[in-house]
Amino acid sequence: MNNENPLRNEIVTQDKKAKKKNVPASAKNKTLLATPYGLWMAAFIIIPLILVLYYGLTDGNGNFTLDNLTLIANPINRKALWLSLKLSVISTVICLLLAYPLALILKSMKLKDNSFIVMIVILPMWMNFLLRTIAWQNILEKNGVINTILEALHLPALNIINTPTAIVLGMVYNFLPFMILPIYNTLAKIDDNVINAARDLGANGWVTFKRVIFPLSMPGVISGITMVFVPSLTTFAISTILGGSKIVLIGNVIEQQFQKLGNWNTGSGLSLVLMVFILVSMTAVAKYDKDSEGTNAW
Amino acid sequence: MKKKLSLIISLVLTCSLMLTGCGKNDNNGNSASNGGNSLYVYNWGEYIDPEVIDMFEEETGIKVIYNEFEQNEDMYAIIKAGAVNYDVVCPSDYMIEKMISEDMLQELNYDNIPNITNIDETYLKSAEGFDPGNKFSVPYCWGTVGILYNTTMVDEPITSWGALFDEKYSGDILMMDSVRDAYMIALTYLGYDLNSTDEAQIEEATELLKSQYPLVQAYVVDQVRDKMIGNEAAVGVIYSGEAIYTQRENPDLQYVVPEEGSNVWIDGWVIPKNAQNKENAEAWINFMCREDIALLNFEYITYSTPNKGARELIEDEDIKNSEIAFPDASILSRCKTYNYLGEEMDALYINKFNEVKY
Amino acid sequence: MVKKIAGKLYISLIVLFLYAPILVLIVLSFNKSKSRNKWGGFTFEWYQSLFQNDDIMTALYTTLIIALLSAVIATIIGTAASIGMSSMKKVPRTIMMGITNIPMLNADIVTGISLMLLFVAVNYTLGFSSVLLAHITFNIPYVILSVMPRLKQTNRNTYEAALDLGASPMKAFFKVVFPDIMPGVISGFMLAFTMSLDDFIITHFTRGAAVNTLSTKIYAETRKGIKPEMYALSTLLFLSVLLLLIIINRRNDSINKKRSM
Repeated sequence: MNNENPLRNEIVTQDKKAKKKNVPASAKNKTLLATPYGLWMAAFIIIPLILVLYYGLTDGNGNFTLDNLTLIANPINRKALWLSLKLSVISTVICLLLAYPLALILKSMKLKDNSFIVMIVILPMWMNFLLRTIAWQNILEKNGVINTILEALHLPALNIINTPTAIVLGMVYNFLPFMILPIYNTLAKIDDNVINAARDLGANGWVTFKRVIFPLSMPGVISGITMVFVPSLTTFAISTILGGSKIVLIGNVIEQQFQKLGNWNTGSGLSLVLMVFILVSMTAVAKYDKDSEGTNAW
Repeated sequence: MKKKLSLIISLVLTCSLMLTGCGKNDNNGNSASNGGNSLYVYNWGEYIDPEVIDMFEEETGIKVIYNEFEQNEDMYAIIKAGAVNYDVVCPSDYMIEKMISEDMLQELNYDNIPNITNIDETYLKSAEGFDPGNKFSVPYCWGTVGILYNTTMVDEPITSWGALFDEKYSGDILMMDSVRDAYMIALTYLGYDLNSTDEAQIEEATELLKSQYPLVQAYVVDQVRDKMIGNEAAVGVIYSGEAIYTQRENPDLQYVVPEEGSNVWIDGWVIPKNAQNKENAEAWINFMCREDIALLNFEYITYSTPNKGARELIEDEDIKNSEIAFPDASILSRCKTYNYLGEEMDALYINKFNEVKY
Repeated sequence: MVKKIAGKLYISLIVLFLYAPILVLIVLSFNKSKSRNKWGGFTFEWYQSLFQNDDIMTALYTTLIIALLSAVIATIIGTAASIGMSSMKKVPRTIMMGITNIPMLNADIVTGISLMLLFVAVNYTLGFSSVLLAHITFNIPYVILSVMPRLKQTNRNTYEAALDLGASPMKAFFKVVFPDIMPGVISGFMLAFTMSLDDFIITHFTRGAAVNTLSTKIYAETRKGIKPEMYALSTLLFLSVLLLLIIINRRNDSINKKRSM
């Protein structure tokens, strides 16, 4: 593969029909656009990451050790990791199930101005995260808003505060915008003619969705999954506030190492393990992305 | 169209920036002048009457750069990394001990702190528990840890930590979500020392806390205040300084330091090794020890003051004689300060407490 | 018709879900009692004391300026990077995307502490500029993740066609590609602005002395109870943006109507 003309490969991966003459030059110029970011990454992502690696692989005296990594196998940490994975997968799925239909409906409304949608979805985040999460306590508590309403209607009380359910609700609430936006963005971009063509060719609504719309929206779905899954997996504030601290997530364990113990070595080690987990799950998702790209007949 | 929209958005944002900019004075941009006549103060959030800072600046001509932290450990990370050279900091007892043991603090020159005579001997003596000889710290605020209960939700006055382990109150208990405080409760209830390093005792306390887990509604620190005010729970663990405030908001609440004993904590001013304005820092500490200043602070934050001069000046007789703000000697005699137990012990406590929550 | 009503209903439910806690906060901003669990009567007191509070106003100013600057810079760097990356070969592109994800993968506290260590290591004074650098760093991935999907969908042929018709690459880009990816750029900018507004932990570790944002103030307040002024400020911030949004929407509607006439 490397022996072939690399420029050609580039063109092929980019666009099978591209003109051979001017694309290589412009593609190269365009690649240069990524340079500022490349430098930025090196300075503020890679070097700090190396610092984390260093701390994660050494003990307090600077000697090499793997103890910080193997600590994840300790039953408590393992359970915290497992629970975090479970809750964040559930939240991601719920977010996807809520966001996708919403994005479809919004697309069907054919709004002239996308920014309006963006603002409506993002606006709640302009109130501080901590304040909003605390406000959910007011809503869910024993004498909270929901229970007051239920009581007035003579319905049984809802007791989900301080349970995993409340944590999932908090995650869905906080990260739903990150799922809605990329999906809506990609959906809005799909040409109506493509959909109409599928219809004309005899595909019913479901088939059109399955074979045309969904595959085309895949990049947005992937972005959404990343942006919901990752913060859910590492959160500690939501489990503290809405879970009544009765439930320990892996984010809480790491936070404790840093904040309560001041033990940066163990904290870094555990975050490294967590990063590996995220990388693995993201690769799995990205693989699916690639597959869909392959079958995607543009 | 879209271009226009983003233009409008950015315009409005800049306008709002300008507007807020007009209202503010030039507080920024002084980071360069670390030398000069300035003072970098690092204190707990909401832990001083803001007016006191202005008064200090006016009287001494020293410019104060005032910052707040949320937890001892946050503060420790910043100081340890040398990220900012603070001149005067207000950590809690065990953290002061830890910083002394790691050689992070400077000895105070008491010639510059004549107002130290205002501080009640009792507290200086308590402070020796973590700072022998009072070489490094001057007490600022103190308090006890106790039970706050709702008189309409319990049948009898509560006097023992046992209430927190009583199945009667299942689902109505708010436990402290701070490792040392949680273990203090369990260890004291079992009759052990709250600074125990005996693994068998810690294990026993862990078992007790595990058995308590199903009864607990939530583990909280700051949230206890609002939840108790809102009648969400019958019993909770709280710091004495907060108890006065909660009682004002909800008269059904009662505070008690249980008969088995409890923790008395002290936050004190210290000067880190890398401080650049030591004399200004001592002037600050001296200022904080002045009786009228201590009184202003006490009235603003309601945490007990170790300043006997300030207590004399309190006009409200109820507060002056409040059992919560100024418990009598018999209560204090059963309370102890925390000691720094070393990194390994800290880790053991934290891991055990995580075990409790499974 | 039924479908349309069901659609509207669904949207309303989601909006209710997203805005319910905000309603709670607005109500709390008029609460006389400082406790969030007790209604002490209606008051405007907090709105008055808010504007007399220099600390809060300074924090608001710092917060907005950091959010705006970091979002603008991150949007420029991020959009350029997305375009550059999309022209890259698969392997370098995958590597760059992988690295892009790192700030999002890390728990905030790890990012915060590692950046602080970096600044301290190179003897960079912590303050306004270090916070800004940190915010740009965690904002860029949000921009890239918003722009990339859009870019993947753009039809390259139009760009090539523009080139063939004699447009310079610059012109072809701004006339053809840019309008196409604009929604992605806007949502990237808005996300970046919002993330910066909301961040606490990374700011806390990189701010040094003398810099306070609203978030760091709010967190410092949790120990003694959040000041109702904060609720009032959030309410004002929220309402002003909402108002702005409605005005813009109205205007667009009327312009569009005129056009269709």
